[in-house]
Amino acid sequence: MKLFLSILLTAILTNNYILSKFLGICPFLGVSKKLNTAVGMSAAVIFVMVLSSAVTYPLNTFLDNHGLGYLQTIVFILVIAALVQLVEIVLRKYIPALYNSLGIYLPLITTNCAVLGVAILNIDSGYTFWESLVNSFGAGVGFLVAMVMFAGVRERLESCEIPKFLEGLPITLVAASLVSLSFLGFTGLVENMFA
Amino acid sequence: MADKKPLYKEFTKGLIKENPVLRLVLGTCPTLATTTSLESAIGMGLSAALVLVCSNIVISLLRKVIPQKVRIPCYIVVIAGFVTIVQMLVKAFLPALDEQLGVYLPLIVVNCIILGRAEAFAGKNGVVASALDGLGMGVGFTAALILMGGVRELLGSGTLLGFQILPASVSPMTIFILAPGGFFVFGLLMACANRLAEHKGKPKATLGCAGCPLAETCTQAQKVSCESKGKEEKK
Repeated sequence: MKLFLSILLTAILTNNYILSKFLGICPFLGVSKKLNTAVGMSAAVIFVMVLSSAVTYPLNTFLDNHGLGYLQTIVFILVIAALVQLVEIVLRKYIPALYNSLGIYLPLITTNCAVLGVAILNIDSGYTFWESLVNSFGAGVGFLVAMVMFAGVRERLESCEIPKFLEGLPITLVAASLVSLSFLGFTGLVENMFA
Repeated sequence: MADKKPLYKEFTKGLIKENPVLRLVLGTCPTLATTTSLESAIGMGLSAALVLVCSNIVISLLRKVIPQKVRIPCYIVVIAGFVTIVQMLVKAFLPALDEQLGVYLPLIVVNCIILGRAEAFAGKNGVVASALDGLGMGVGFTAALILMGGVRELLGSGTLLGFQILPASVSPMTIFILAPGGFFVFGLLMACANRLAEHKGKPKATLGCAGCPLAETCTQAQKVSCESKGKEEKK
């Protein structure tokens, strides 16, 4: 239990996938202008991350057992893409309410590097099946936290007077730098909490 | 398009005018993540450039065979194939680089520069033009990464390619090789690029939606969510 909790908190706070691993920067900068889009996108990311880790983990064991480990990248991206399509179809047919709130974000997630990244990192870090599920969930929640925080920062930013040369994307990146700086403060927190 | 413009223009446009990182704002993830040292920046830039040239050539050769509806999955398969080849080459000949790049090497698959060029250029143009386009974009990507990696390594650890540059009396600012420094240096470089572009009367760089193959879905998603929010407010 302790181990799961420490994996979860590490993925959310100290090793936040956006702010310290730089995975999923495109949606972070692109979809964080409004709070409700940020939440919708993140919910879809959490869902897809956990699902794709659950599928890719056994698949990787299968590939390794047959000496096909080098096919990892191709197989993972194709499986994730197919899975997202499948989920979209199933949701549209059977759970239209959920589809209406998440469906529009699903196609965007196929080529989101955070999803492929978490699938590969689960295997590189040598997690077991359940540990990797917890890690993916944590990564997704970390994504949500970063997106929501940043959406708040950006809404404040819009009413500010910004030096002319920083207007637009540059100031967004500098703001992201400050948000990421605040997450640096969590360094060592998880290790000490469970020491 | 390729007939009117001389072919070398397809190469040179990727260097400065349409630099993928600083003008089109594509591939931000590897730009931020792998520029903690000049060495890994060069390694990442060249690996991505190799994949870009090869996949552009193959996709341009196959552009009449691939059905329009399933083109993006097809592009992804081609790109993933080349990424696997590059991954194996790096593992075999440059194991130190493989360790530095880590997960970002397989993640070249989802680098939007490559998919974006496949969608915007290679899927519509001839083989030679596509190869030159890929080469130009690859060199432009590498150049931007070198610029960022150089600045971050020099300020963050006082070295360049591992050689001590700043005198030992200047203590290095470690923050520049940590995550916040990456965002910060990228923001400032972008401001410089915008300033230069403005000087020449070009528009400022905005997030790379124009080159992104998913731009359509993305804007649609934003629109739909705005509309639904509007409805809720009316209720």
